[in-house]
Amino acid sequence: MSASEYERTPGIGDSVRHPEIGERLKRLWESEPGLRGWLTTVDHKKIGLRYIVTAFAFLVIGGIEALIFRLQLSWPNRHVLTPEQYDQLFSTHGMTMIFLYALPILSGFSNYLWPLVLGARDMALPRLNALSYWIYLFSGIFLYAAFIAGFGPNDGWFNYVPYAARAFNGGPNIDFYSLGMVLFGMSTTVGAINFVVTFLRMRAPGMSINRVPMITWGTVTANAGNLFAVPSVSLAFFMLWLDRNAGTHFFDVPGGGQPLLWQHLFWMFGHPWVYAIVLPAMGMVSEALPVFCRRPLVGYTAVALATVATMVLGFGVWVHHMFATGLPPIALSFFSAASIIIVVPSAVGVFAWIATIWLGKPVFATPFLFFAGFILLFTMGGVSGYMTGSLPVDWQLTDTYFVVAHLHYVLIGINVFPVVGATYYWFPKFTGKLMDERLGRWNFWTMFLGFNLGFFPMHVSGLLGMPRRIYTYADGMGWDWLNLITTVGGFVFATGVLLFLINVVISHRRGRPAGDNPWDSPSLEWATTSPPPPYNFAVIPTVASRYPLWEDRMPRSVRESATEAGLVLDHGREAVGTGPLDAQPDIILKMPSDTIVPFVLALMLTVLFVGLVLHWWWLAVLGLLGTGAAALVWLWPRAELGETAEAKSG
Amino acid sequence: MRLPRALGGWGVAITGLAGDARASQPLNYLVSHGLQNDVTLPLTKALIAVSLTVVLIIGLLIVAAILRRPGLQPVAGARLEVGPEGGGLSWIWIGVGLSSLVLLASIAWTVAVLGQTVHPPSKPKTRIEVTAHQWWWEVRYVDENPALDFATADEIHIPAGEPVAFKLIGGDVIHSFWVPLLGGKTDLIPGLTNESWLQADTPGTYRGQCAEYCGAQHAHMAFLVVAQSPQDFRRWRDSQLQSPAAPQGEAAQGAQLFTMHCGSCHSVRGTDAGGVLGPDLSHLMQRQSLAAATLPNDPAHLSQWVSDPQAIKPGAYMQKPELTAAELAAIRA
Repeated sequence: MSASEYERTPGIGDSVRHPEIGERLKRLWESEPGLRGWLTTVDHKKIGLRYIVTAFAFLVIGGIEALIFRLQLSWPNRHVLTPEQYDQLFSTHGMTMIFLYALPILSGFSNYLWPLVLGARDMALPRLNALSYWIYLFSGIFLYAAFIAGFGPNDGWFNYVPYAARAFNGGPNIDFYSLGMVLFGMSTTVGAINFVVTFLRMRAPGMSINRVPMITWGTVTANAGNLFAVPSVSLAFFMLWLDRNAGTHFFDVPGGGQPLLWQHLFWMFGHPWVYAIVLPAMGMVSEALPVFCRRPLVGYTAVALATVATMVLGFGVWVHHMFATGLPPIALSFFSAASIIIVVPSAVGVFAWIATIWLGKPVFATPFLFFAGFILLFTMGGVSGYMTGSLPVDWQLTDTYFVVAHLHYVLIGINVFPVVGATYYWFPKFTGKLMDERLGRWNFWTMFLGFNLGFFPMHVSGLLGMPRRIYTYADGMGWDWLNLITTVGGFVFATGVLLFLINVVISHRRGRPAGDNPWDSPSLEWATTSPPPPYNFAVIPTVASRYPLWEDRMPRSVRESATEAGLVLDHGREAVGTGPLDAQPDIILKMPSDTIVPFVLALMLTVLFVGLVLHWWWLAVLGLLGTGAAALVWLWPRAELGETAEAKSG
Repeated sequence: MRLPRALGGWGVAITGLAGDARASQPLNYLVSHGLQNDVTLPLTKALIAVSLTVVLIIGLLIVAAILRRPGLQPVAGARLEVGPEGGGLSWIWIGVGLSSLVLLASIAWTVAVLGQTVHPPSKPKTRIEVTAHQWWWEVRYVDENPALDFATADEIHIPAGEPVAFKLIGGDVIHSFWVPLLGGKTDLIPGLTNESWLQADTPGTYRGQCAEYCGAQHAHMAFLVVAQSPQDFRRWRDSQLQSPAAPQGEAAQGAQLFTMHCGSCHSVRGTDAGGVLGPDLSHLMQRQSLAAATLPNDPAHLSQWVSDPQAIKPGAYMQKPELTAAELAAIRA
């Protein structure tokens, strides 16, 4: 192997006239069948689907938890749960939805779709991708093992000290939560690195920065944000674990520690995280809504810039979670103004989406219903956020059900609705089959009406003073009927989610065949088969506009993008590396083959954390050594990846 | 402000209750009886009105955008016309421009309200230290003359019509001090001392509630603020400063039992019961409620609470005392 191997001029081929290119690539890229192949695959499509399935499983579990405690809250003075059970359930519900569902589901879609929409063969770092998934899965099991053993988190998802300190929370609950979150943070971090690098280096030749599909803007922005946000929370949880287990005094008041330090570290992460779990979903809508309006998105540049601006501003508003902590009013008023101003970039999105519908011709398919519904829910979640941004008003609103209503409009309205719509939209690509439209409409209306029935009254119970996180309440507070309606609405909404899952199962078994491009979409993932082959594209597409598959029908444009003829890269697993701005091809990348190492590394890391949480130091040492050994094998230079001196110079 | 009133009305309608909000919706902060909330409430209502208007406008725009021309039914694989790129930017300019004006106005009003709520209008003459504990409120009246200091719990009397200063101290974990009808929340954070003030417009009883999750009995961590005319307040204050009359008969026996069973945690001024772990119980029978505004204060509820606190507040630190029914009756007496 020689240096010229990476800088050679690859052949140009035509995949339609030469189907043997595909056959050759299939042998190179296909994962082994059976368990071994299942554990070793680095195929972004398999990893993406695993993310999606796992995240939906957590959504269902977190939803069931919510239904149980809604029974407890449905009427004053009910005894369905003890206070401790209630506290663990609401905390675990928050942890599940915010960490184990909301980001991983988006990472799943992005993992599956990115290389396809970018015209690439895989993510930039396929083994890191596998590692990210396995750590996510193991951290989820780690956290839930504790919950099943009766040691779930019991201090809410934001886990304020000192209640989370050993003195007030003696059980192992918070130790599991702390270390589980550190482990989960590693998954998020390596995943984020992968997205950022892929965005910069793996785009098809010609896909300059102003031509990337909208879905990638949301995801890359969110993941760039995560790289800055996650260290803050991982550090905070690790410091808390040290306080609880090693006698440090970061947060411990008698030892000179500061409870507010926790809140700052947590929310410096927590608020950007909120944007990280909505921006990619907004990107999905910006990507797919225009397909059902039969025209490109209005204001591509404005929406892309607004996405980035939201994330940047999102790092400057964390203190609005701490308005009642007694910080100086001058400092608070800056954060108050910033929290109101952050509405501006969101407004860009809302008006761009409405204008796209207004100026287009809507196609009433199920994804369209979910995306249109999303715009309204997004607005409702936005205006309630604007209200809580106003400092003196928030002194009343904060920690009441008004905030619970707000955050559910944000997380369900801006994450779950687009995600379900996106599933209807991309399911044909995942499986080659269409989802059922009739059931889809029932699904949408049940979810939409159930959601509003359940969560809108929470605004009112909040205004009537109902505090968050109370396990019961007295009668005579004026909250009785509102809570009953909320519980009923919650169950209707859950029925809608159930209809969705039923539709997925039925359509997967016997959905109508979809063809390559059922929605007549403009982007590259629809240029390959449904489901796509392991190598995605037989030849690397060349891109000349934002909407390659619509070029033949768009006025004043010349058909320039090429999907049938392009670079043939078939000397082993290969991809093309392109420049970050203009996407000019500049190197041939040697992609790694399937390997068990990411699985082993994730497993060993989990063993280390199990050892730490149980104080089984021998197990921790074993895990540490195993992690080191796996990392060594992973990083050992390989000639076929061009990592040895001979491979470089020769 | 028609819309918010309608919303408040809807809230009342839905709960089937009307009349004095202090009774039917004791934490409804769309009703104000205190200076801070008087200043904030117009802003709160305006923001609700803006929010509802925005949702209405956006909702109508979405519906109009969908219905303005006949939609297409999806046909898998059909190749359809595609509209041109570009155009529609005026939507973003106008929409964002108008939104920005509303947002800037909201910020200006926010800052104006802030200027009026941060400090009380005059220097408060009554100063009260509140320390929050799992799950009760320690209340200490502080005077320049230390002889006039005294402690009580879970019920705060204040003079109406004048500002009262609160010093807020975190006793164990974080709690939040909140009397919705009078004003907003301030957290009580261990290691820090926060300041706050309230001013009740008129005499009355206002419910307060811990607003920051603080563990098992966060739900049952309420308190009452009793605003009285300045004369009544002074009378109440003087009566609190007096030691209780020496008990007679069964009550004397009860007092002994109290000191033996309860006195290691609770105090009663002027007796040997001097515990500091639990709430000060001096003049308990003058208070309106028990167990952090969880139960009304009458002999039956008092017996129920003392005989088995864990049945009412599971997880609370007050243990079930080893008392016979007769002993309980004696203490109650």
